[in-house]
Amino acid sequence: MADEPLVLGFETSCDETGVGLVRGHTLLADALATSMAEHERFGGVVPEIASRAHLEAMVPTVHRALADAGVSAADVDAVAVTSGPGLTGALLVGVAAAKAYALALGKPLYGVNHLAAHVAVDELQHGRLAEPSIAMLVSGGHSSLLLVPDLAQDVQPLGRTIDDAAGEAFDKVARVLGMPFPGGPPIDRAARDGDPAAIAFPRGLTGPRDPAYDFSFSGLKTAVARWIEARERAGEPVPVADVAASFQEAVADVLTAKAVRACRDHGVDHLVLGGGVAANSRLRALAEERCAKAGIVLRVPSPKLCTDNGAMVAALGSRLVSAGVAPSAPDLGADSSLPIDVVSR
Amino acid sequence: MLVLALDTATPTLLAGLARWTPEGTEVLAERAVPSGTRHAELLTPAIQVVLADAGVALGDVEAVVTGLGPGPFTGLRVGVVTAAALADARGIPVIGVCSLDAIGAGERTVVTDARRKEVYWAAYDASGARADGPGVVRPEQLGRPGPFVGDPAFGERLGGPVEPAQVTTAGLLRAATGQLADPGSAAPLLPLYLRRPDAVPPTSIKAVSQP
Ligand SMILES: [Zn+2]
Repeated sequence: MADEPLVLGFETSCDETGVGLVRGHTLLADALATSMAEHERFGGVVPEIASRAHLEAMVPTVHRALADAGVSAADVDAVAVTSGPGLTGALLVGVAAAKAYALALGKPLYGVNHLAAHVAVDELQHGRLAEPSIAMLVSGGHSSLLLVPDLAQDVQPLGRTIDDAAGEAFDKVARVLGMPFPGGPPIDRAARDGDPAAIAFPRGLTGPRDPAYDFSFSGLKTAVARWIEARERAGEPVPVADVAASFQEAVADVLTAKAVRACRDHGVDHLVLGGGVAANSRLRALAEERCAKAGIVLRVPSPKLCTDNGAMVAALGSRLVSAGVAPSAPDLGADSSLPIDVVSR
Repeated sequence: MLVLALDTATPTLLAGLARWTPEGTEVLAERAVPSGTRHAELLTPAIQVVLADAGVALGDVEAVVTGLGPGPFTGLRVGVVTAAALADARGIPVIGVCSLDAIGAGERTVVTDARRKEVYWAAYDASGARADGPGVVRPEQLGRPGPFVGDPAFGERLGGPVEPAQVTTAGLLRAATGQLADPGSAAPLLPLYLRRPDAVPPTSIKAVSQP
C-alpha cells in the first residue's frame, strides 16, 4: 500500500550501526555495519571505539539501505532513531544523524525506545502485534520482561535482571571456556553435542519468595566458573559441550519459566521474544514447548531481526506514525537510561 | 556560494550561514550557543534559527563546512555527523577543517580545553597559516611564548594571558577556502581525535536495562 508511511530508522545504541527502511509493516531494507571485530580482544564493547565506528559507517550505511529498498531519501515520510537506552556517545551519533536527515528532508523525527523497538520488529514478520502481549527482551545489554498493552504508547516493565544481562553471562562463560566474544553463538554450537542435564547449575531468583519476574545471572556465571576450576584443579578434562549445554539450559529454563508465568499471571496469551539471546536455539525450542503447553502464541523474529538493527527502529517509528503519536521536539537528545515505559520522546 | 558552517569542537556550538566567493566571505547569520554537553540537543535548532535569521531555506544551501576538532569526542562527533548527514541528504559537498584554524587570526597559538588537564593547541605564523599542531599537551609543557588565543582559563598554566576567542563562521570559511574553490578536493570527514580511545570495556552495561 503506497499510502502507508515510509520510515527511515537509525540504531546506534551499542556496536551496530543500523539503518532500516520500513513501509507500514513491510521491511524494505535492513543495512548494518558492525564494529564487533574491533571489540573482540577487549571481551566487551568499548564505547569510544563503537562511537568512532558509527560516525564512519553512518552515511555509507544510509546509502546501502536506500539502494536495497530501491527508494530515494526524498520518498521518506518520517525518520525514527533510538534515543535510549544505550551507550551515550554511541547513541548521540545516531541521534545527530537522524535529526540532520529529518531536518534536510523536512520530515518529522521520532526519538524512540530501543527496547520497544525490539518488540516492534516482530510486526515486520508476523504482522500487527496482539495487544496486550508479554515481551521478553534478552541480549548482552538488557534482560527485561514487559507487559505491552499498546506498543505505541503503553509499555510496562514487569521485571529485569538485577545483575548481569543474559547475554553477558553467555560472554563470560564463553571466555572461561576459551570461546570467542560474543559468546552466544559458540556456546549454542558447542551445546548441541552436550547433555543439558549433565550438570545441575543454579537457577537464579526462582525461589518461592524471589521476585517473580526479575532475573539474576551473576550467580550462575560464577557457579560455572567454579565448577570448571574444580575440574581443572582435580586434573580432569573439562567437558566443554556438557558445560555449555547445562549452562544454556539453566538460562533458557529460567527465562522461559518466568515469561510463561508472566503471561499466565496477567491473562495474556501472546509472548514475543527479542534481543540477541532470543537467537539462541535452545531458548527458542524451550519457549515453543512451554508456550504450546500453556496455550500461549509465541512470536520470535528471525535471528537477524532479534539482534540490534535499524529496521526495528523504523518499525516502531511506523507504528507511532500510524497511531498519530506526536513527533519529538527539536531539542531531542540521547538518554542512556531512558525508562522502558517511555516509548517515544 | 551559500555555505552552512557548523562546529561542535568546544563547549560553544556554532552554526552560521555565509555567502562565499573567491573574493571574500559575507556572514549572513551566526549563532554561538553555550551548550556544554548538549550539542546534540541544540545544534539542529541553532541551524534552523540561522536559516530563519538569514531568510533562506536549507534547500538553498550549496555546501556545508564543519570543524573536525580537535575537541572532546562525543560533542565533536555531533557536528561532524550532522554536517555529513545534511550534505548527504541535500546532495551537496561537505568540507571539514581543523576547528583551531577558525579561532582568532594572524600570528597566534590557539588553545582550547582538552579536559584531563590538557589543551588542544595549534600555532599560526604571521600570515595566519598553521605552522605547527594540532596537538594535545599539558599547558605547562606547551613551551610556546604566545600570544595565546582561545580558552582564557588556561592563562595561568601557560604563563601568559589567553585572549578569549571562539570558532567563528568567518574563521571556518577562511580555513575551507581552498576546498570551497574546488569542492572535489575535499577529504573524507574524519575527526581530529589526537588521542586513542580509552580501550577499557564497560564492566557492565546492565544499567541500560533498568526499567
Ligand atoms: Zn538491543
